[in-house]
Amino acid sequence: MSDRVLEVNNLSVVYQDSTVFGKKSNFQALTDVSFHIDHGEIVGLVGESGCGKSTLSKAILGMLDDAKVTGEIRHYTKRPQMVFQDPHGSLNPARTVGWILEEPLRIFGKYDAPERKRRVLDMMTRVGLDHELVTHKPRELSGGQKQRVSIATALIQRPRFVVADEPVSALDVSIQGQILQLLLNLRDELDLSYLFITHDLNLCYSICDRVLVMYKGQIVEQGPVDEVYEHPQHEYTKALLDAVLK
Amino acid sequence: MKQYLKDKNFRAGLLITGIMLCVILIGLLWTPYDPNAMSGSEKLLKPSATHLFGTDNFGRDIFSRVIQGAGATFLIAAAAVAIGLVIGLIIGGLTGYYGGVLDEILMRISDTILAFPSILLALVMIAILGKGKYNIIIALGILFIPSFARIVRSEVAKQKNTDYVRNARLMGASNMRILFLHIMPNIVPVLLSSVAIGFNNAVLSEASMSYLGVGVQPPDPSLGRLLSEAQGYLFQAPWYAICTGLAIILLILGFGLLSEGMGGE
Repeated sequence: MSDRVLEVNNLSVVYQDSTVFGKKSNFQALTDVSFHIDHGEIVGLVGESGCGKSTLSKAILGMLDDAKVTGEIRHYTKRPQMVFQDPHGSLNPARTVGWILEEPLRIFGKYDAPERKRRVLDMMTRVGLDHELVTHKPRELSGGQKQRVSIATALIQRPRFVVADEPVSALDVSIQGQILQLLLNLRDELDLSYLFITHDLNLCYSICDRVLVMYKGQIVEQGPVDEVYEHPQHEYTKALLDAVLK
Repeated sequence: MKQYLKDKNFRAGLLITGIMLCVILIGLLWTPYDPNAMSGSEKLLKPSATHLFGTDNFGRDIFSRVIQGAGATFLIAAAAVAIGLVIGLIIGGLTGYYGGVLDEILMRISDTILAFPSILLALVMIAILGKGKYNIIIALGILFIPSFARIVRSEVAKQKNTDYVRNARLMGASNMRILFLHIMPNIVPVLLSSVAIGFNNAVLSEASMSYLGVGVQPPDPSLGRLLSEAQGYLFQAPWYAICTGLAIILLILGFGLLSEGMGGE
C-alpha cells in the first residue's frame, strides 16, 4: 500500500582533495547510510552541524561532483527538487522573479510562452506572492518572499519529492511559521513527500512523521517521531533530546 | 545603470565620453575642412576663428585631422577590445567552469603572454603580420585576450559553486545554458569596468604604435600618428601637439572615470 518515493541503501560518501601531484587527504562524510521515504511522508533529518546532513541531501539529488559516492540511491519519482537553506544564494541575483520561475519550464520545452506565463502566475498565487513581483530582482524582495520564490521554483516543476534543507533557519522567527505552514499546505495540495533537514528538534517533532538521527556521518537511530522522542535508544539521541528538554 | 548614475565619477565620465563620441560621430560625416587637403599658403597657422586648432606643415586643418584621428583611434581601440572580450569570455568561461587540465594549460599560456611587456609583444606581432590599421587591431586584440580571460575565469569560478547554479543543474539545465544564461549575467558589472580599463589601454597602445610608425599609415590621421607628426614642429607649432594630446587625454579620462564610477559600487 505504501509506495516508496526514495530508497537509499548503504550510501557512503568520501570527499577527495586532489592536487596536481595526485590524490591525497580523504574525508569520510557519510558511512553506510540506509533509509527510505514513503509517499506522503515528512521525514525529518536531525543532527548537529557538520554531521553530514547537507552532504546527504546533496548526494540524494546527485549534486556532489567532487566526491566519491558509493551505494544505491533509487528515486521512484521524476525530477526530485530541493528548497535551499539560504534564499539569498539560491536565486540568481541578476535575473527577475519571472525569469527565475519560468526557467525550469523553458528547460522542459513542453509549453509555449503564454502557457509558461500562466503557470508562473498560477504558482505565484499558490505560494502567496503578489503578481507584480514578476519584474523584480531577488534583492528587492524580503527574506520570506525570497523563500517563497525559491519554493515556487522547485514546485513549478511538479515534483513529488522535495528535499527541504533547513528551509526556515535563515529567516526571521516571525516569518518561519508562515513558510512552514505554506510547505505543509502545499504537501496536501500537490501531493508531496519531504525530506526535512533541520537542527531544531521541536520543529521536527511538530511537523515530521518519521525521524532520522544522524551523528558523525551515520544514521544512529530512525523511526516514528513519537517513538524516538519518548524512547531514544542511542546515547547520542538521548543527549540531543536532553539538551533540548532542559 | 541606475545605481551607477548616483556616482559623480560615473556622471563626469559619461559626460566627457558622450561629448567625445558625438564629435567623433559627426566627424565621420562632416569635418570643417578635408583632413587631407593641403594648402601651400596656409602652413603652420596659429589657432584662429577659421582654423580652430591652427594648421600643420602642409597647411592641413588640425581640428579636422584631430576629429578624424580620434575616430580612427576609437574604432581601432573598440575593435581590439571587442576581439579580446569575445575570445576572453569564451576561454575564461570554459576554463572557469570546467577547470581541469585545459584550465591549467590555457592559464600557463596566458601567464606567458602577460609576462612580456605588451608593447614589445605587439611590435613582434606587427613584425610578423606587417604594418597597418587592421593588423594593429588583430595584434592588440590578441594581447587583450589573457586579461579578459583571467577576469572572466575567476568570476565564473566564484559563481560556479553557488546554490543558484546547483539549483539550475537540478532543473536539468545544460552546462552551456548554466554558463551563458545563468552565470554570465552576474559577471557583467565586473566586466563593464574592465572593458573601460581595457579600452583605455587600447587607446594608449594604438597611440604609441602609430607614434612609432607601425600603426595607421600616412596620410590617414590617428591620434598617435598626429603626435608623431607634431613632434617635428614642437617649437614652431606647439598647438599641434597640445591639441592632439588633449584629445587623447579626454578620451582616456572619460573612460577612466566611467570605470572608476562602476568599480566603486
